[in-house]
Amino acid sequence: MSGYHLTHLRELEAESIYVLREVAAQFENPALLFSGGKDSIVCFHLARKAFFPARVPFTLVHIDTGHNFSETIQFRDELAKKHQVNLLIGSVQQSIDEGKVTEEKGYNASRNALQTVTLLETIEKNKFDACIGGARRDEEKARAKERFFSHRDEFGQWDPKNQRPELWNLFNGKKNMGEHFRVFPISNWTEMDVWQYIKLENIEIPSLYFSHEREVFNRDGVWYAYSTIMMLKPNEKVEKKTVRFRTIGDLTCTGAVLSDAKTIEDIIQEVAASRITERGSRIDDKRSEAAMEERKKQGYF
Amino acid sequence: MNTQSYLDMDLLRFTTAGSVDDGKSTLIGRLLYDSKSIFEDQLQAVEAASKKKGEEQVNLALLTDGLKAEREQGITIDVAYRYFATPKRKFIIADTPGHIQYTRNMVTGASTANLAIILVDARKGILEQTCRHSFIASLLQIPHIVYCINKMDLVEYKESVFEKIKKELELFTAKLDVKDFRYIPISALNGDNVVERSENMDWYQGPTLMYLLENIHISSDYNLIDARFPVQYVIRPQTKEYHDFRGYAGRMAGGIMRVGDEVQILPSGFTSKIKTIQTMHEDLTEAYTPMSVVLTLEDEIDISRGDMIVRKNNTPEQTQDIDAMICWFNEKPLQVNGKYALKHTTKDVRTVVKEVKYKMNINTLHRNEEDKEIKANDIARIKLRTTAPLFIDKYHRNRNTGSFILIDEGTNETVAAGMII
Ligand SMILES: Nc1nc2c(ncn2[C@@H]2O[C@H](COP(=O)(O)OP(=O)(O)O)[C@@H](O)[C@H]2O)c(=O)[nH]1
Repeated sequence: MSGYHLTHLRELEAESIYVLREVAAQFENPALLFSGGKDSIVCFHLARKAFFPARVPFTLVHIDTGHNFSETIQFRDELAKKHQVNLLIGSVQQSIDEGKVTEEKGYNASRNALQTVTLLETIEKNKFDACIGGARRDEEKARAKERFFSHRDEFGQWDPKNQRPELWNLFNGKKNMGEHFRVFPISNWTEMDVWQYIKLENIEIPSLYFSHEREVFNRDGVWYAYSTIMMLKPNEKVEKKTVRFRTIGDLTCTGAVLSDAKTIEDIIQEVAASRITERGSRIDDKRSEAAMEERKKQGYF
Repeated sequence: MNTQSYLDMDLLRFTTAGSVDDGKSTLIGRLLYDSKSIFEDQLQAVEAASKKKGEEQVNLALLTDGLKAEREQGITIDVAYRYFATPKRKFIIADTPGHIQYTRNMVTGASTANLAIILVDARKGILEQTCRHSFIASLLQIPHIVYCINKMDLVEYKESVFEKIKKELELFTAKLDVKDFRYIPISALNGDNVVERSENMDWYQGPTLMYLLENIHISSDYNLIDARFPVQYVIRPQTKEYHDFRGYAGRMAGGIMRVGDEVQILPSGFTSKIKTIQTMHEDLTEAYTPMSVVLTLEDEIDISRGDMIVRKNNTPEQTQDIDAMICWFNEKPLQVNGKYALKHTTKDVRTVVKEVKYKMNINTLHRNEEDKEIKANDIARIKLRTTAPLFIDKYHRNRNTGSFILIDEGTNETVAAGMII
């Protein structure tokens, strides 16, 4: 019977598609949180596969910090247009202007933490009852215990100690008014799975992932893209380097790697040889050992 | 890295059970470390944490603990998932705590596993918890159980110790409902027989744990006989191009279906033929468990979520009376005559608990027919009556169509996992 056996990528794909269809079936107003990074791009691709030939039945939601790479924004807009999905943008700048959050100051200032407020407000205002995210359990320790269907209370908070047990393929999306769910269809994928799948399915990704020349500067061993919003310390200088990004977040907190990887295959080889996790290049996780867990409890992605 | 071989890999899900200090975390750390699945920054973090705790060796066990509260208490209290791959397979570990008060977590981790690793301390032999973990694996129908007799270094790697424990285990496992048992002498701490063959135990001729994980035959773990397609979602694009399109999206929960197959729709009983099996990129001639596909039928029939498409001459039982083993999850005890929401495949119904037949003592496998108070972590045999018929197979025959969960209608919490008998 060995002919009737799926490869691991196809099994993961089947599982993710099943989860996405459960979201459409169990919730009234689901959204797909779209960051422009490869994980959310893969989620969107899976959603297309799940509902074909119908359109993706989710609103794409992007929480824009105002510090995104322009390549990300352009990619996002083209994708929404091409696949005729509804795109909704939550603006961190607006939350700042309205005085709901306060900007961090100093060299390592980042709007990363502020996103949570804008995100929760966007969810509340639009009455989204499920938000699909591209987080994976292999990314980070606190995520290793995350459920596929992750319940959030009326304040949008996660209670890691009181999670619903999740058995077989039976997902319990029942909730009270005002509560919502975060759903993670690619929970069981690893970084390598995502890259191999992008190659297998020929999925388009932003140019930032491929090596290119860019003005960068080095801070504490990490290369950052130089832009006018970055404050340089006196000893830091801007150089031109051939780099690419392993993850795509904010300009202010996403490190670049020196790389010549020009194709997906090159990237796969590079990821396979790398001895550092992808989140290792993001300062937002380094702030404390339990940083991610704290942010997640409050309602972060 | 060879991309083609990566694409050919398959997936093995396994659980690890063991009581505190049996060496479970050390073993997982060892598997991750020796298969080079640990990144430098993770290793550095663990080195730093080991130092902070004043330990001399790098404590591989620290690689596997998740949340802060648990780090502080020094125990694992949930199910944590870990990932690693070798050139042959990708692995998902459901890492669960072994203490009796975490039975529900073990049940959760076991529900999707192909294989269970059960640790036995070579100095202590079979303990109550060994029986408990084995019973849970059997109850959840994990197809393969691997006993790792750990800490062999502390018994001078003696064959006699291993053989004695193995004999005792064999007597006990004969009573369990699992076909494939394996026994491996290891030292998780030193790595003997985990990934590398042990030089200290040349009397052992069997495979290392890693060899077993990479090569154990899992393609017959799914039921490929009874075709079952629970309808998950109805796809109606209502666009010009697909004006009359009506597709049934779902995941094969058993068996194989082919274009042209005569099928029956439950509960309506209408019959039709499979017209197409679709995915976005291509139409298929057949679909099998656990593929996610879209079916279209020759005839226009009213079908909705919760219905099941099956082969005409092989239908599941349709019944409102369910006999099941359950594991209770909630602090609030099970209420006889209480009403709960029930989820089975893609179907939602309500149910009332008719009767508790017995509670299982999962350390001794004794059936207690007197004490019927079912509390968190208890395992019991019960009878249910549902508001509408379910289309069921026995759990023993099909884990997808033989399982269900119960939900408290007041709190929305998942309160029990059920296996249909
Ligand atoms: N001598 C020896 N000690 C071991 C072995 N495996 C684990 N240990 C030790 O047993 C203790 C408990 O191990 P740990 O992995 O934390 O157990 P867990 O509670 O089951 O996760 C630690 O001090 C380990 O170093 C082994 O094979 N040999």
